[in-house]
This record gives sequence, C-alpha cells and structure tokens, in this order.
Amino acid sequence: MVRSFTGSTVLRLALVATAAASLAACQSKPKPTYPTTAAPPPAPSTELPPSTGSVSGQPTAPLPGSAQDFVVNVGDRVYFDTDRHDIREDARPLLAAQTEWLRRYPSVVVRIEGNADERGTREYNLALGARRANSVRDFLVSQGVTASRISTISFGKEQPIDPGSGEDAWQKNRNAHTAIVSGAR
Amino acid sequence: MIKSRVQSRDPIAALLFSLLCAITALALAHPARAEIEVNVNRGDVQPLPIAVPGFGGGQMGADISQVISANLQRSGLFRPLDPASFVEKGLTANVQPRFGDWKTINAQALVNGQVTVEGGKLRVDFRLWDVFAEQQLLGLQFTASPESWRKVAHKISDAVYERLTGEKGYFDTRVVFVAESGSRLNPVKRLAIMDQDGANPSYLTSGDSIVMTPRFSSNSQEVTYMSLRPDSSTIYILNLETARRESLGTFPGMVFAPRFSPDGGKVVFSVERGGNSDIYVMNLSSRTSTRLTTDPSIDTSGSFSPDGSRIVFNSDRAGSPQLYVMGADGSGPRRISSGSGRYTTPVWSPTGEFIAFTKQTGGEFHIGVMRADGSDERLLTSSYLDEGPTWAPNGRVLMFSRETPGGPPKLWSVDVTGRILQPMPYPGAGSDPAWSPLLN
Repeated sequence: MVRSFTGSTVLRLALVATAAASLAACQSKPKPTYPTTAAPPPAPSTELPPSTGSVSGQPTAPLPGSAQDFVVNVGDRVYFDTDRHDIREDARPLLAAQTEWLRRYPSVVVRIEGNADERGTREYNLALGARRANSVRDFLVSQGVTASRISTISFGKEQPIDPGSGEDAWQKNRNAHTAIVSGAR
Repeated sequence: MIKSRVQSRDPIAALLFSLLCAITALALAHPARAEIEVNVNRGDVQPLPIAVPGFGGGQMGADISQVISANLQRSGLFRPLDPASFVEKGLTANVQPRFGDWKTINAQALVNGQVTVEGGKLRVDFRLWDVFAEQQLLGLQFTASPESWRKVAHKISDAVYERLTGEKGYFDTRVVFVAESGSRLNPVKRLAIMDQDGANPSYLTSGDSIVMTPRFSSNSQEVTYMSLRPDSSTIYILNLETARRESLGTFPGMVFAPRFSPDGGKVVFSVERGGNSDIYVMNLSSRTSTRLTTDPSIDTSGSFSPDGSRIVFNSDRAGSPQLYVMGADGSGPRRISSGSGRYTTPVWSPTGEFIAFTKQTGGEFHIGVMRADGSDERLLTSSYLDEGPTWAPNGRVLMFSRETPGGPPKLWSVDVTGRILQPMPYPGAGSDPAWSPLLN
C-alpha cells in the first residue's frame, strides 16, 4: 500500500524511460507465441566479429489519451510558494493544458494529491496540502472540468519527491500532483 | 544533603519552581544553608549523588538496580555513583547500611534491596536511606510475576523519585510512537509501543499504510491515531488489551489530528472539506460529532485541558499559524501566542499549568512552553527540525522528534527547564511520540 503512494512518481520516470518498451509490449500482446527449440549456441571463433553499425533508440511517443501521454505531454504536477496555496502564474498554462486534456478524454477520473515541504509540522502540513489540492481542483472546475471527476487528498509532508534538504528540494516538494485514477487508455 | 523529609523535599522543589519561573536570581540570592547547598549551585540543579548497589538475589537483583539507576540518571536530578567506588559490599535489604562507608564516597542517598523468587512469584524489598542523617526514608515491598521485573524496577524508581523530589514520578509509563524505516521517498511507518526507557519495543501495525500522530487515552488502554492511504485517511481507536481496532467513521473529507478527552469519552479531531480544515469533537458513546470551529482557515491540532473544559488548537486565521484557546464547546476562541514565528502542535500539560508547542522562527524549529494564558513563553530546544512534544505524566519532561537535514527522525526528551536535553534510549528511527499516563 505504501508503495502505491510513490507509484505515480516512480511510474513517471519508468514510463518516460521505457515508453518504447511498454508500447512494443502492448502491440505485441495479441501475437500468439509458439514453442520453439533453442538455437544452438554459436561456435566459438578466434576471429574478431565484424563490426556492427551503432543503433540509437529513443522512446516512442506515448499513446494519446494514456497516462503516459498526460504525464509526458501535459505535465502532472504544479508547484507552490512557501506556506501558500494560490495557483502561481507559472502553473496556469500547465493547468489549462490539464483542463484541455481532461476535456478531450472525458472518461478520465483524477485525484489531486497535495504535498508540502518538510519545513512545517505534520498536521498543519496535512491541512496545507489539502488546501493546495483544492486550489488545483477549483481551478480545473472553473475551467469546465466536471467536479465529480476530481477527488482530492493531502499527503502533507509524508511523500516528498525530492529527498534533499534545501530550498531546491523544498520547492519541488511543495506541489499538487494530478494522478489519473481511471479512464485513461 | 538530605536530612529529613522536609529538608530533603523543599530544596529540590523550591529549585524546580524557581527554574520553572526562570527566576534564577532568587536562587542565587537565597542564603546558603550548609546541608542544602549541595543540591544547589548558582541556580543550576546539581544532580543528587545517589548509590544504587546491585540488589541481592542474583542476576535479577543486579538488573533491577541497573534499571533504577538508569531511570534516575536520565531524569537529570540524580547522579548515580559508580559501583566500583562502593566500600560496603553485599548490602542486603535486611541490615542497616554502614553509613560511614557511604559518606566517604559522598552518597547523599542510598537505595538497597533484595530480590527473591518463590513459587513463581517475584518479591522485591527495598529501602531508601538518607546517608548523612542515617535515616530510612522509605521501605517498600513489591510482588509481581518474574517477567514483570522491569515494571517493578520502574515502580521503585517512581517511589524514590517521589520521596526525594516531592513530585510524582514518570518511570512506570509507556510511549506509543511511529517507528520509521524505508527511505525518505518510500517511507514505512508503523505504530509501535515501548517502555519509557526504550525497552520492550513492539509493533502495533503492519506498515501497509502510513500512520501518524498516535495519542493515549487517560486509562492507557487505548490509542487513537491517523492512517493515511493513497485515496483516504482514517482515524482509528486501537484497544491495546484486546487488539480490537475501530474506525471513527467516514467523513466527507480528510480526517486527522485525533486526541482523547481527559475522561476518554470523546475524541477531538480535524475534518478537512474543500480545503478548509475545522475542529470537531465526537462523543464515542453516542457516535455523534459536533463541529467546533467554522473559520475558513486551517484549524487543527486540538488538545483538551486536563479538566476537559477547554481546547487549545492551532489556526492560521490571523495569517500565520498561532495558538488559540476555546471552550470545549467551541465558544470564545482567543489567541494566546503573541511572539513572532509560527506556532503549531499545542499540547496541554497534565497539570494544566503549561502548554507545550512547536515553534518555527529564524529557519529553526523549537519545542517551547508557555502558560495557558500565553504568558511566560520559553523555548527549550532549537534545531533543524524539532516537532510534536508530548508530556510525561508529571509534567516535568517532554518527548519530541528531532531530524537533522536528510536524516531519519529520532526521539528526544527535554525537561521543562530546558537543561536536560537528551536522545531517548530507543535506537531506531521514530517520530510522533505520545507518553502514557502512569500505569497501574
């Protein structure tokens, strides 16, 4: 259960790194597999193998409407100032893009998870994280996303995304994360 | 030197009082009386030299006296002497000590005892002596099952502490806390309980959800705490005897920050809805809850006064988190914190006299105390992150959690004078301690 808290964070990194692999896996799913006999191992050779040309790989674009699409092409996290919960100017374009995406995929249900940095006490930070989650919810609703598609929760300071101690880490940990609960492709 | 009950109690009690009031000048100006002055040095408490030789009766006797010695030492009010310096050896509880032998090592007090195990029962006899007055101050006998030997040692510690300071002890108590493991990015938090000296730690939850902020009921039989899952939070009441766990119920938003009322019949807690956190109280027998605050600010961390008539809480209704006191029915909220900085996690002391809190100022965290009307604020600690004080049942010591940058939280304690600051004996990572009342 604890693992699933950070699942989305881990997922995000993993998905970016292995999007190509997972897409390939998805596409190959319907293919039936047949039992095969193992190829004999290559006979040892004293000659150097011929040089092979280098191949570079990069992730395939995420499937539109997927959670990967949301994370990679829209962005799932906005940040806040110390002890504030008002939506910053620099967060508005991202939240506008989240709104647009949620309109395009109306079956998607999301949970906004509010987070706080470690420079506060546990209970106050739970309340502060809840305020942040609700600021994002209110923004999305004001832009036309149906309120019933959005739930909120606060993790307070319990789920940092940066383990460091310093303003850089604290800034990252003051955020609201839009997690897709269901309905994505 | 302790000469008699009156003279042994008054100097320490008077000194504690003067420290509490931070009137060190008075202590300095106090005319020195030869026998008393040994406890007092320029306004500081000089720990009382005390000898606790191994109780007779084999290994258990030695173990019991070690637990007593460690308790007294940690209180900061006593200085147990090195057993290697003892002149009289093999002292049992049934003979009078050779006082001269104890005077030569300047032991002001002496605790000796005898352990016998008969018919599956443990019996411990002990005596407390005023060495220089050559008088017995206390003689008691405890019987228990042999596996309860540590509890007996804590009972004896409490008896010695009370006889010599005039205040109730706090050694036969337990601490419920959150044992932490895993990494910062993937923490595992389990509810745990241990004796106040770190012994007998055991887990109460499995770690499959994040738990925080446990608190004892006044009978020490129940603990209320909050559990946080990816999509919800729940307040539980866990019965430590039966292991039965019940939820406070389902609410429209998050629930957090639970504390029992002094009579155990209610729980005050916070409910968040639409980003607004308010304080509620639930009557546990009728299961009805009442909203106590309606301000559109953060209202949380409610804590009852020991008589149950008032609640101190944390609110940022004035712009930054500050401490407020209201009636237990939510009436007449009044701000009590007045200094600069952010005040959170108020906890009313068991005596009703003080409120402990966490304060943030100047980039540091502090544990502090103030009187219930907000006067006489004193900061007892200062560090990168100190948080969440809890009172020992006699109101003399606070436990809290301390973090260094990037490090795991550890349990620490500090006395109300701020003089005796030390890590708790529990070696692991822990946070959110809550001290039990004195056990039976």
